[in-house]
Amino acid sequence: MSAVPVPYRVASARPETADSVSLELVAQDAPLPGFSPGQFAMVYAFGVGEVPISVSAIDGATVTFTVRSVGAVSAALGRLGPGSPVGLRGPFGTGWNLTGTADADVLVVAGGIGLAPLRPVVHRLLGPAGRLSVLVGTRTPADLLYPDEVAAWGGTARVEVTVDRPDREWSGSVGVVTALLDRVEPGPGTAALVCGPEVMMRRTADALLARGVPADRIQLSLERNMRCGTGHCGHCQLGPLLLCRDGPVVDCAVSRQLLSVREL
Amino acid sequence: MTEPQRLLDGLPDAHRDGLLALARDREFPADSRLFDEGGPADRFWLIRSGEVALDLYVPGRRPPVVETVGPGQLLGWSWLFPPYRWHLGARTLGPVTAREFPAAEVRALCEAVPELGHELAVRCAAVIAERLQATRLRLLDLYAPDGGDRS
Repeated sequence: MSAVPVPYRVASARPETADSVSLELVAQDAPLPGFSPGQFAMVYAFGVGEVPISVSAIDGATVTFTVRSVGAVSAALGRLGPGSPVGLRGPFGTGWNLTGTADADVLVVAGGIGLAPLRPVVHRLLGPAGRLSVLVGTRTPADLLYPDEVAAWGGTARVEVTVDRPDREWSGSVGVVTALLDRVEPGPGTAALVCGPEVMMRRTADALLARGVPADRIQLSLERNMRCGTGHCGHCQLGPLLLCRDGPVVDCAVSRQLLSVREL
Repeated sequence: MTEPQRLLDGLPDAHRDGLLALARDREFPADSRLFDEGGPADRFWLIRSGEVALDLYVPGRRPPVVETVGPGQLLGWSWLFPPYRWHLGARTLGPVTAREFPAAEVRALCEAVPELGHELAVRCAAVIAERLQATRLRLLDLYAPDGGDRS
């Protein structure tokens, strides 16, 4: 794992929504070690800065990051086109634990940009999972990431999308993503993977616990201020955890209580 | 969001059977208008399949959908409280099957069997509370670029 950004180049830049773009990156020389779904990289926009971004697709020699423009660095990354240089450090953190999912009912719950870190999981589990369900909550229909892909997942998995604010053309569900849970009937045998705004994850975890899903089968992807990526600087501390090293994916048995502590 | 998974689940058999004896199965084609805002709230439904959009009358525009209700969920709670008028309108998004309950008869049963009335009122209140919480969450606009923080 290099402490110095490894040079990559943008192979393709695909706009996903008005403020999000997927950057497919290829190493200029020796690539970083392989990423697992749920892990992240520190992505460096030269001359601007570095931000943590979870991998959103893993495909042989290329690795894809979906970047939402929310600050100076992510905006700079969003302006990159094919051929642009990017620095990468990683892979960092824990990935989604997919042990035992081959015969299990797997429930993926994503909110907003939280679909990006879960996308490689869906890629991996389409087919092998006993029963894969994907629930997605988004702000508006136009804010849904990977809409064509999500529609295609519906051929193999149970896919439900809900929006907070429908437009005139939207004929699907309207409301919070947790309102979709009963359609897939999670229970003690369900393995749940959740990523989105922290409030949404807390609510989802509570709703899953109330439906009998064991805490150690609910994984949340948490976010704090990742800087070094190696558990040294302490910026991403959440109680006893350093999320860049012990997270971002943490099971609910460990994380649920921490998320209720205001001082953290 | 822990809306009761099935409104009648866990009720004593006698109470559940009493309620179900009043219900009838209904099927609605897509785009059926189930009720309109301000109309008499004289029934409610437990959705078995399909989805129903709740909307609001806004002069001069197509009624905006504020929420959808799907399988296992309660459709309609305005029948519980005077003046028994719908707060919203409802339209099926696709084919819907549901159990339909007549409000006046259910209220009469609740009067006659206070334990059932109490239990049903508590369960409906839980549904209303969860939908209120869900609405508050949506007001936060958590999926906005700034996570809803405009301070």
